[in-house]
Amino acid sequence: MTYTQIAIFAVLFAISFDLYLFNTQLLKRKVFWTSYAIIVGFQLLTNWWLTSRNIVMYSPDAIIGLRIASAPVEDLLFGFALVLGVLTNWIRLGASDKR
Amino acid sequence: MIVFTVVGSFWLEVFLKVGVLKQFKRVVLAIAPVAFLFIAWDKYAIASGHWYFDKAQILGIFGPFGIPLEEYLFFIVVPIAALMTIEAVRTVKKHWQVYK
Repeated sequence: MTYTQIAIFAVLFAISFDLYLFNTQLLKRKVFWTSYAIIVGFQLLTNWWLTSRNIVMYSPDAIIGLRIASAPVEDLLFGFALVLGVLTNWIRLGASDKR
Repeated sequence: MIVFTVVGSFWLEVFLKVGVLKQFKRVVLAIAPVAFLFIAWDKYAIASGHWYFDKAQILGIFGPFGIPLEEYLFFIVVPIAALMTIEAVRTVKKHWQVYK
């Protein structure tokens, strides 16, 4: 599989955990999208740093080639899946800490 | 870059008292399974040549599966930064419900 395919799979995996398996429903909440908006801003900055200086490089065969802030667009899917996955799990584990 | 992420997010712990690090067990349980899957992905992507690193710009210390130390730190530090971000948003916007 290519980076593109795994990244799409990871996003779908994270979404299914949030909406169906753990029922945390973060995707329907302002608190998630506000947090994600803050995180994605910093992600674009760190992505740009790591890719524009060629600290991390990508095989042209593994990506579709569209780049945002110098990094492959797939990185945004990767980051979204990572953030949604961790936050879903965090909120699930804090169900006793209701506020 | 990892230091930048730590500096950029951990002040939330100190000044907004988001209390993420006080819930150490919850942090470990929240991150470990997700980090495990992403490290498996990282191993596959490095082995397949999807992405690769400039050897001159990394520490050159490799952990299990031939993955650079920085990658392991990434999968610990970035999730903690995300947790501090959502807890900071929840601290500032207390009326935004997370639980029904």
